Amino acid sequence: MFNILLRRLVQAALTICVVVTLVFVLFSVIPGSFASSLQADKRDVSAEVLQRLEQELGLNDPMPVRFGRYVAGLAQGDLGTSYATKRPVADMLSGRIWASFKLACAAMAFAVCIGLPLGFFAAMRQGSWLDTATMTIAVSGLSVPAFWAGLLLMYLFSLTLGWLPTFGYGAGGMSHLILPAITLGIAPMALLARTTRAAVLETLGAEFIRTARSKGMSEQRLVIHHLARNAFVLVLTTIGLQFGSMLGGSVVVEKLFAWPGVGSLLIDSVGNRDIPAVQGTVLVIVLFFLLINTLVDLAYLIVDPRIRYR
Amino acid sequence: MTQTPFLLLSRRRMLTALLATTAAATVGLPPHTVRAQVVPPRAGGKLRMVAPFGSALQSLDPHATYESQDMAVSKAFHRSLYNWDSAQNTTVLELATQVTPSEDGKTFTYKLRDDVYFHNGRKMVAEDVIWSYSRILAPGSSLSAISNLMHIAGSKAYMDGGADHVEGLTLIDDLTFSVTFDGFIDPGFLLFESVTAILPKEAVEGPDFLSRPVGCGPFVFVEHVEGSRISGKKFDRYFKPGKPYADEIEYTITDDYSALDMAFRAGELDATVLSENAYVMYSQDPVLSQGLIEVAEMFTRHMGMNLEVKPFDDIRVRQAINYAVDRDIIIKKLLKNKAFKAVGWLPTPSSGFDATRAPYAYDPAKAKALLAEAGLADGFAFEAWVTDATSSLGVLQAMTPFLAAVGITVTPKVMEAGVLVEAINKGQAPAWFRSNGTGPDPIAALQSFDSRRPRSTNRGGFKDPAFDAMLDAAVATLDPTARLALIRKADGYIFEQAPVWFHNYNKAVVATQPWVHGVDANVTEAAIIEVDAVWLDDAAPAR
Repeated sequence: MFNILLRRLVQAALTICVVVTLVFVLFSVIPGSFASSLQADKRDVSAEVLQRLEQELGLNDPMPVRFGRYVAGLAQGDLGTSYATKRPVADMLSGRIWASFKLACAAMAFAVCIGLPLGFFAAMRQGSWLDTATMTIAVSGLSVPAFWAGLLLMYLFSLTLGWLPTFGYGAGGMSHLILPAITLGIAPMALLARTTRAAVLETLGAEFIRTARSKGMSEQRLVIHHLARNAFVLVLTTIGLQFGSMLGGSVVVEKLFAWPGVGSLLIDSVGNRDIPAVQGTVLVIVLFFLLINTLVDLAYLIVDPRIRYR
Repeated sequence: MTQTPFLLLSRRRMLTALLATTAAATVGLPPHTVRAQVVPPRAGGKLRMVAPFGSALQSLDPHATYESQDMAVSKAFHRSLYNWDSAQNTTVLELATQVTPSEDGKTFTYKLRDDVYFHNGRKMVAEDVIWSYSRILAPGSSLSAISNLMHIAGSKAYMDGGADHVEGLTLIDDLTFSVTFDGFIDPGFLLFESVTAILPKEAVEGPDFLSRPVGCGPFVFVEHVEGSRISGKKFDRYFKPGKPYADEIEYTITDDYSALDMAFRAGELDATVLSENAYVMYSQDPVLSQGLIEVAEMFTRHMGMNLEVKPFDDIRVRQAINYAVDRDIIIKKLLKNKAFKAVGWLPTPSSGFDATRAPYAYDPAKAKALLAEAGLADGFAFEAWVTDATSSLGVLQAMTPFLAAVGITVTPKVMEAGVLVEAINKGQAPAWFRSNGTGPDPIAALQSFDSRRPRSTNRGGFKDPAFDAMLDAAVATLDPTARLALIRKADGYIFEQAPVWFHNYNKAVVATQPWVHGVDANVTEAAIIEVDAVWLDDAAPAR
């Protein structure tokens, strides 16, 4: 386990170096700048202001100088100051990380609670109406765009029934979390249902299952000790990948529900060419992804002890 | 030079008239409708408003941001020397009780109200005004508000570090100060937006001003959930007696118009701005249509042309484009009548608007004739650089068949707004679509065609000494009537020269709930609502 952690740590450091460099270089060469983004609105900011801004932010310095400055700050744990808000990027991220994490956890909980049992029972009753219904739900869930599903949920639960608030973060309570979480969780739920079904079906056809059955093992024991643990390796991979991508990939849901997450900050910062904010946000997303991947790797060891010996 | 007393008095009177009569001189007041207030305002409740132009605020420092989004929110927390009075369609004194112009028309002496307090409990004094303006102009400052204050005498020297104070700002006593400009300027136009808000030095220099703003507006900041909402509570020492009416205010920060529509219909918002599609639906709804406030905003949508690029350097080609396209059908079908046809650069609510001017008619035959005169009988092709917005790519696509009918082939090149504006400023874009702020100062709006201005202002590169002279004459004229006549003449000249394809003036529509009263129709930006005057009746769910 120690070796796995060490290997993951080295990989994470390398990944972060590559991502930081790539984002910086890309944002330095693509057209547009923070100054030009200020003029994208209808009101014109004077040339004098733009000139001073570029000077203040050091935007006219050569790219290697700017990159060196950024890396030097990063090495001291300083994510820099946002061009747009003039606030430390770390401060901007701190509030949003929690909101995004909460949303991702709630969405994943929804996906796991619904998708896993659905896929499992569909596989156990292959060819039945439950199987057909589950697969129909799965395909629909993967096909419906998140913004459309969100609007439908808003229409039903807010406008028609009046049970839940339409959007916003509120005081951070559950009522504001439910609709965005379901919207974000629909696609992973559908994918999980499909993956679980496929994994269980594959495991059901394995020789060790037939052997266990022929030895007279009870169905309950068979499912718990053999079927679930073996099928769960593949399911775990799907959960990890989906969960990891939720932090940065929930931008549509965040925008629709006015949810103060990391994804919408990233999109806004890209639009503003606010490089420090983009770098900080990407860094957080990458770190989150790496952390989830590492946790999934560790979970493999618990679920399938054979992996320890490979 | 010695001037006779008669002349001095006359100039002062003229200047006073100029300051006070933007509305009176206005030809076309905004065609808006506001629900009549039939009962006295009621205090209490929570206003649930929206900041509808983005999913985040740029900055809580009002001096640093020129975003409409941020300025809408600033209305709750900050106040400036002047304010926009939607009922009069002009600027009015806000933090001062009196302004006295000097004989030469360049210095204005203000007497401040003596009942203005900041949210930190300190009384506002003249030194706060001087400090706020000096902060904006400080050496090394890059605050957006510099654009507004650059005409104060001595600002350049101070900004460049060549002076230890701004020469044009003079403290007289605790409640009196003067501002001297380097020309004949209506200070109201420059000093009414929240970007020039008066701030307390000790709060701005404190550790958390950028996350906990302090101003002297009607509401005290409570909380900002970045990317979601910002809220405030009633400021008990607000200088307007009885105001604000509401106890609390909350802005939801989002630009998702579908979600805003749902929330408004669900009764979770008291007011919201509408998209084109929502406008159609709300207009046809017997209940929702009752609360619509239509505002002819001071923004002119147009297709800009790079006049240094052939064939746009030829006036006949530019006029041909203006004659070739049927604007009415684009406004009706594509923009769902949520726009007013442009008849010049200055929009309907501008004091410089000329209501007698006829728009370019839809006349393809005339367009073809003009092209033939220009040696382009077989037409020509050009590329228009656009964003993916309806008002940009959408309008271009609607124009395309009309242009094709006269032999002009246009190809869209789609890009991000920031990239587009950079390309325009560098003179790289042959043609583009844009909405320009064209008010309330008509002279500032017309400077978009001043040949001495940089490309970031004069985007098409229009160069015409005759126009520059007209503009200079207007700037140098104090008599309001004569000044307006010169402004209209200059606007008419631009209309003839057609440096842009004149499309429309935006019609903003604010939807209000039946329980909401006092929402103003702000032509400078409809979403910037004067929240201290808004009140909720007993039917409001948030009372």
